Amino acid sequence: MAIFDMHTLWSGKQFDLHSLLNGNRFDLDALWPAHQTKSNQPRIRGGVHPEQRKEATADRPIDLGLPLPPMLYLALQQHVGKPAEPIVNVGDRVLKGQLLAVSQGLVSAPIHAPTSGVVADVMDYPSAHPSALPTPTLLLEPDGEDRWIALPDKIDPFSLSPEEISLRVGAAGVVGLGGAAFPSAVKLNLGRRTNIQTLLINGGECEPYLTCDDRLMRERARVIVDGILIMLHGLGCQKAIVGIEDNKLEAYTTMRMAAAELSDGKIDIALVPSFYPMGWDKQLIGYLTGKEVPADGRATDVGVLMHNVGTAYAVQQAIRHGRPLISRIVTVSGGAVGSPRNVEALIGTPLSSLLAHCGYRPKDAFRHVMGGPMMGDALPHPNVPLVKGACGILALTREEVSATDAKPCIRCSRCVTACPVGLQPLEMVSRIRAGQLEASLKFGMKDCISCGSCSYVCPSEIPLVHYFKYANGELLTRDQANHKAEQTKKLAEEKLARLARQKQEAAAAAAQRKAAAKKPKITEEAA
Amino acid sequence: MYILLAAVTLAALGLALGFLLGAASRYFKVEENPLVDEIEQMMPGSQCGQCAFPGCRPAAEALVAGEAPPTLCPPGGKALAERLANKLSIELDLSGMGDRVPLVARVDESLCIGCARCIKLCPTDALVGAPKMIHVVVADACIACAKCVEVCPTECLKMHPVKVNLRLWRWPKPETALAGA
Amino acid sequence: MSTRVLSAPFARSDIQIRSIMLTVVLALTPGTAWGIFIFGWPALFLFLVTVLSALLLEAGCLLLAEKPVAATLTDGSALLTGWLIALTLPPWAPWWIGVVGSFLGIVVGKQVFGGLGQNLFNPAMLARVALLVSFPLEMTVWPNPAPPFSAAAPGFLESWAITFASQLPADGSTGATMLGWVKTEFSQGRHLGESLASGDYGFFKSLIGWTGGSLGETSALLFALGGGWLLKKQIITWHIPLSMLGTVALLAGVFALADGGRYPGPMFHLVSGSLMLGAFFIATDYVTSPNSKPGQVIFGAGCGLIVYVIRTWGSYPEGVAFAVLLMNSLTPVIDHYVRPRIYGRDRKGRPLELPEGRE
Repeated sequence: MAIFDMHTLWSGKQFDLHSLLNGNRFDLDALWPAHQTKSNQPRIRGGVHPEQRKEATADRPIDLGLPLPPMLYLALQQHVGKPAEPIVNVGDRVLKGQLLAVSQGLVSAPIHAPTSGVVADVMDYPSAHPSALPTPTLLLEPDGEDRWIALPDKIDPFSLSPEEISLRVGAAGVVGLGGAAFPSAVKLNLGRRTNIQTLLINGGECEPYLTCDDRLMRERARVIVDGILIMLHGLGCQKAIVGIEDNKLEAYTTMRMAAAELSDGKIDIALVPSFYPMGWDKQLIGYLTGKEVPADGRATDVGVLMHNVGTAYAVQQAIRHGRPLISRIVTVSGGAVGSPRNVEALIGTPLSSLLAHCGYRPKDAFRHVMGGPMMGDALPHPNVPLVKGACGILALTREEVSATDAKPCIRCSRCVTACPVGLQPLEMVSRIRAGQLEASLKFGMKDCISCGSCSYVCPSEIPLVHYFKYANGELLTRDQANHKAEQTKKLAEEKLARLARQKQEAAAAAAQRKAAAKKPKITEEAA
Repeated sequence: MYILLAAVTLAALGLALGFLLGAASRYFKVEENPLVDEIEQMMPGSQCGQCAFPGCRPAAEALVAGEAPPTLCPPGGKALAERLANKLSIELDLSGMGDRVPLVARVDESLCIGCARCIKLCPTDALVGAPKMIHVVVADACIACAKCVEVCPTECLKMHPVKVNLRLWRWPKPETALAGA
Repeated sequence: MSTRVLSAPFARSDIQIRSIMLTVVLALTPGTAWGIFIFGWPALFLFLVTVLSALLLEAGCLLLAEKPVAATLTDGSALLTGWLIALTLPPWAPWWIGVVGSFLGIVVGKQVFGGLGQNLFNPAMLARVALLVSFPLEMTVWPNPAPPFSAAAPGFLESWAITFASQLPADGSTGATMLGWVKTEFSQGRHLGESLASGDYGFFKSLIGWTGGSLGETSALLFALGGGWLLKKQIITWHIPLSMLGTVALLAGVFALADGGRYPGPMFHLVSGSLMLGAFFIATDYVTSPNSKPGQVIFGAGCGLIVYVIRTWGSYPEGVAFAVLLMNSLTPVIDHYVRPRIYGRDRKGRPLELPEGRE
């Protein structure tokens, strides 16, 4: 690690004595892989250091004892892409792991029964979304027996073909468990087709409060490593690097031991500096491989593919044991939770049951957040179900949130320093406020990743990310309106053309009738 | 003597310049402001009349003449207003243009008598049906001009707000007090 | 529980406008206290009048604009602006100079533009330059240092008369600043060594602040220390101060090497006038300086260049105020052309080329 990094100094970030002193614990080999760095992008840019607040949950083992809720609510769309289509009827008895809804189209994912029971209803139910608008949901009433479908005995994942692995991952409903919920099979296919050179596994978990990946790595490292090896086989790739933040040293140690034992050198475990947003995939790619993903491209364009550690775990469960994705580890934390911990919960569990299980105090809860406090969604109420992409559910008190009214921008440009992408939030917001949304695009608003670093540092407490989300939504609406206007124009023109055509046909028919009426007269005369 | 010379020179100058002006006004004449054509191209073209002008071309002419604000076209919405304001290089005041709830027409099938009057009127052919058959609105093509509602004899056509669902939901503008928003 | 739809993030750092402003005020306090000490009661009166009128004028503007008065007044920005204006005034100036200065700074320089964050020019510098041009006589009377209980120090009543009745004491209590003296001596053909000796000026005296000038032109050392503390607290970054001081030092060094008798060296420039105050407290003003770090370096270098040019070849002895104002006008231009490179794009904003070998 460079002692005097001109790039970091130039970007205005005070250099970090803490990570400097940790230098001897870094795995230098993993930090400088064989391929050369091509871009002049500084290793780390921007970012903030929020209070971690992970102590409450980081050292407690995963709670496996969450009781079965009286009803499970399975949203048919808890992934990117088209919603799943139910193939069972109301009243059907289903077993644990049984396919309930099939994926639609190329980018989609199926839904499986998290436990055995009866399909109670398929209806619109509030979604796990800031609006809590209703979304089609399958209601499953558990029968308490928790009986699995027939699972295969022994599968050797490495005897399967790579295409078969992708197919099975897709059929198991595995999606990105880091929060994006993108269907993993689609990503694996893309990675295999583009012959990526390195698989990167994201063990960053930079958000405050969240420790689900940390506990997963500490307790089930060997399973994760197995999953990574299966993914490597599915991608036809020989090298994987796991990036773990340096505030998770136990996880680093357990993963290193597992990788040393099982992976035959294919998997490197690398320690990365802990700050927010280290877990941003492009940040991690830049740090671990030195490569920069072009703005209109994907990670596969630079020869890498990234998956979350939880996804690797789910892949292992799906391929080696035939178990579909029906549960996940969730961090339940926040000041209004009396006994915070990580819980292994079934998909579809109402968040209110999860909170109640952990000593929830509704009177103290000022805000409910699904995910982490930097990028998570505020839920109007916790009576929404757990979805595949939910890493955490936080019940925050008023002090933890500290929301006050925004003050005028003092142009201190701390937001510019904090932005990991290199945008200028203060300029974008001043354009958005003035209603000049198009003008804000030239400061990079399309590239905003909504990480929240700018809003975090703003001394005037301006809700910068909220403005960007609003502006992006408004631009999308306007694009759709423009598109509709063009379509309307086309329809109007087609109508006029149709009327003109009808008129012409009517005139032609009338002329023909006239001509036909004249003809007998002529022949009569001729005769 | 000199006075005469001066008078003749100035008169000749005046005649010559006047002739040039006349020639210019004939050969360089602008038939019609091309801006009107360009503005008309930008309008939806459905001649719905919601702007209180008898069609998109009269509305374009009024815009160019400065008699109408860029926010005059409800189907065009804020997007069109911003583009018109940019084209005409004038100030845009979007405050009057509230966030219109998108509307769509719907046929109450129990009341429809199949008279087909609405079908003839719909500028985008969004109404489908035949005489003596129940009509139906193709929602994607409907631009909410409400002409069909006026003409329906049984009042079976009504405008309904488009239901907000998860797909159409958008982040609202932040409410900030002091920030001069 | 709020029913508005709210967006992440739900965590905030502790930085607030008020804490920033108060930290800067705290950093200014040692230098200000020294200045008031050596110039006595009149300086204190003028300081208080300026700061109080700044606060009152700001309150008046907020009332007129129907903005919340209490919340905005207590964020510390008017206090800081008034404080900085007071530091640019001659210590024994009459009270109305302070009031007019606050008016120019707060009302014309800040509120008329739209309040906090909207001004193009540094309000304190705007006030100073406007006062200098409008009232050159009052603005160039520099008392000699006269701490309390020394022979030349005015008593309480005499100080009251100085500030509120414009009755300056008899000759002998005022003189020129070091920069002013050196310049007038050059114009009369006397070289640097002579003029410094005859005027009884020196590096050490200017460093600790035993010299004439406005309140902010005295102790280079104390203001530099205050600036260093601001750096440590991460209120400002090193880019502007270092580039501004570095440019002045570099230019001074180059010219002094060429002709040491005519051009004062870097140490002279660094401790004279309000360069330290300007580099750490004035040029680093958030609102009027560029957003990006490279832009700030350019800004600081430009300030340094103009300061040196005015001091050496201009007709005014001190150039910090003019330099800052001129560079403020260039800030939007700098911001337009000097931007951070967006991830995944080149400097022109186009997406990066794909690496060879990938489709």
